Amino acid sequence: MADQSVPIGGALDLTPARPEERASVLEWLHGWVVTVDHKRLGMLYMIYAIVFILVGGAEAIAIRIQLAVPHNHFLSPELYNEMFTMHGTTMVFLVGMMYLFGFGNYMVPLMIGARDMAFPRLNAFSFWMSAFGGLLLYYSFIGGFGLYGMGAAPDVGWWAYAPLTARAFSPGHATDYWALALIVMGFGTLGSAINMIATALSLRCKGMTLMRMPLFVWLMLVVSALILVTITPLTAAQIMLTIDRYLGGHFFDTQAGGSATIWMHFFWIFGHPEVYVLVLPAFGIASEVIPVFSRKAIFGYPAMVAATVGIAFVSLGVWAHHMFTIGMTSVGNTFFVLSTMLVGIPTGIKIFNWIATVWGGKIRFKTPMLFALAFVFQFLIAGLTGIMLAVAPWDWQLHNSYFVIAHFHYILVGAIVFNLFAGIYYWYPKATGRMLSETLGKWHFWLFLIGFHVTFDTMHFVGFLGMPRSIYTYEPNRGWNDLNLIISLGGIIQGIAVLIFAWNLVQSYFRGKEAGNDPWDAWTLEWSVPSPPPAYNFATDPEVHSRRPLWDLKHPEDPDWKYEQ
Amino acid sequence: MSAIPYSTAAEPWVLPSRGRVAMLSLIIGESAIFTIFVVAYVYYIGKSLSGPTPQQVLDVPIFNTICLLSSSITIWLAERQIEHGRMKAFTAWWALTMVLGIVFLVGTGLEWHKLIYLDGLTIHTNLFGTTFYSLVGLHATHVVVGLCMLSLVLIFSLTGHVTAAHSERIQVLALYWHFVDGVWVVVFTVVYILGR
Repeated sequence: MADQSVPIGGALDLTPARPEERASVLEWLHGWVVTVDHKRLGMLYMIYAIVFILVGGAEAIAIRIQLAVPHNHFLSPELYNEMFTMHGTTMVFLVGMMYLFGFGNYMVPLMIGARDMAFPRLNAFSFWMSAFGGLLLYYSFIGGFGLYGMGAAPDVGWWAYAPLTARAFSPGHATDYWALALIVMGFGTLGSAINMIATALSLRCKGMTLMRMPLFVWLMLVVSALILVTITPLTAAQIMLTIDRYLGGHFFDTQAGGSATIWMHFFWIFGHPEVYVLVLPAFGIASEVIPVFSRKAIFGYPAMVAATVGIAFVSLGVWAHHMFTIGMTSVGNTFFVLSTMLVGIPTGIKIFNWIATVWGGKIRFKTPMLFALAFVFQFLIAGLTGIMLAVAPWDWQLHNSYFVIAHFHYILVGAIVFNLFAGIYYWYPKATGRMLSETLGKWHFWLFLIGFHVTFDTMHFVGFLGMPRSIYTYEPNRGWNDLNLIISLGGIIQGIAVLIFAWNLVQSYFRGKEAGNDPWDAWTLEWSVPSPPPAYNFATDPEVHSRRPLWDLKHPEDPDWKYEQ
Repeated sequence: MSAIPYSTAAEPWVLPSRGRVAMLSLIIGESAIFTIFVVAYVYYIGKSLSGPTPQQVLDVPIFNTICLLSSSITIWLAERQIEHGRMKAFTAWWALTMVLGIVFLVGTGLEWHKLIYLDGLTIHTNLFGTTFYSLVGLHATHVVVGLCMLSLVLIFSLTGHVTAAHSERIQVLALYWHFVDGVWVVVFTVVYILGR
């Protein structure tokens, strides 16, 4: 018989009482800079992501103001190119990658009952590499002399197709800042991924078998494995680009027999799995939030794990669906049509499982749950437009139109950003010891939801009407005027919602309700330690017997380990 | 769903070594980088618009290859020695590994010197030059990094700071060296056999 009465160590607060020492500001700052603690690094990642979501969001608003009416002069054509390039690069690399490692760093060791990440110093190194990459990218605004000899940010699009990136067509250093920033961030990301894999595989507490790991940890493990083979091709391609630009190489130089197409292949071999790298942690957050607020264990845990691994594998073989219009052979087209449609199966399994988890549950509509529920439905729509675009002839019609923009923003915002918010509302109490305001949270949710749909639902239609992406203005007689104005208004509503969120983060830190250890009555190990957790995490090593160790602790008469395989 | 409770208390709780897991992860990531460079090399075989071509200028570096591949054997022998605590023998095999690695690097250097000054092939000359120097250079960079780490261990073991207790760490480092050697087999095949 298992001894289920063994308390989970962290539930005992053995922190020695000691007088509050007030450190000077410099000491406090120094403490954050030299820290190797996974919780502090997780916070740094999150702060970094939130700062850049505001910056990237401001860039998006600038783009939308420019496009609100035809023949607008809010942005110059050059600045417009810089804005959409920086918006894309920022949101993918400085927000997406940072948020996933922020949550991962903070939560994974706590969820598996570990003291820290496997390699704390590598962890700090990875963060500062990524942070440096971000600074490098943004320094280009003042340091990168671009076209027309003025200070310039990268303006080649976040996909940076050759031969536009060649020295002849992108003089100056703007493109170099872009390439170098991505190489530097790539090393940071690789370090973090290695660390995450080692942590999840080698530091689990006693009794936590792989099939008892919380789903969020599973998702982070799979994401990190995917990063190993996803970010590295980008790094390789960026090294080639740098060789072309600085040493006069010919990788992507069509004048010397090089191929511009091979850049597209290399970029999308990175670029498509990258989308799954960003969305899988979002699935992980939803898989933690939805059960807790439905008061039910997750439905079909093994199927969820299998679907995750399935998505990771399939995602490596779909990249050329970004390239249907370059004229591949029909065999090539068919292969990528079918492999892309295959993604629908594991993601469909996930959607069914989330719905089945909610089904018959005692649902609590708190802010995290609202965001997670909205995510499920938006993700479904995003998946359906994805299947449409996977059909090559359909893609020939709509490639590079706003329909594509609408589709991938439905994933990036409707799935990832919604779960980013869900995760922050869910775990903020753990990290700070204070609840986020529910009232402001509800305002944030509803405004953001409305703004999101006003913007991105409408974008599908303007795409159908033939509006191409990456244009800085358009003629008034194309029938796009009203729709563009609506899209821009939705963008501004989203902007207001995000500002409410930022205000909520700040004011709740000082005036939020005390959270206590376990404000949501949740089931995973991180809720067994005080909020915020002490530096050592768990006073004694925890031991688990099921997927919901805290349920076992709270319900000794009916523990999970009696039922789980 | 069976309702049979069971205890983990009796079983020992063994997890994989974090060092090995991390090194294997790094190797997977590095393999992806090499894959992209190898794909680029293979894709551009015979597509150069001007000479020199690989057939004209490349000699098969047999001696170099033998040196690098045997360094995998010597480092494996070093691993065996440290496991059994024979530190003198360990240091000797480790030093020999380094010598073999350095011989390989010097060989590559001589090859490049000949290519640049005799045959006039630089990274700028044609597609062959671009892909050749990138791929072989990427591998050589890994040899340099490996040699730096090997020399650290050699310094520590000469000053008596390495003991049998470090055997696992040494083996993790050796994994990297085996990887560098393994990649050379691929690079060698692609550059000197398929591409020539």
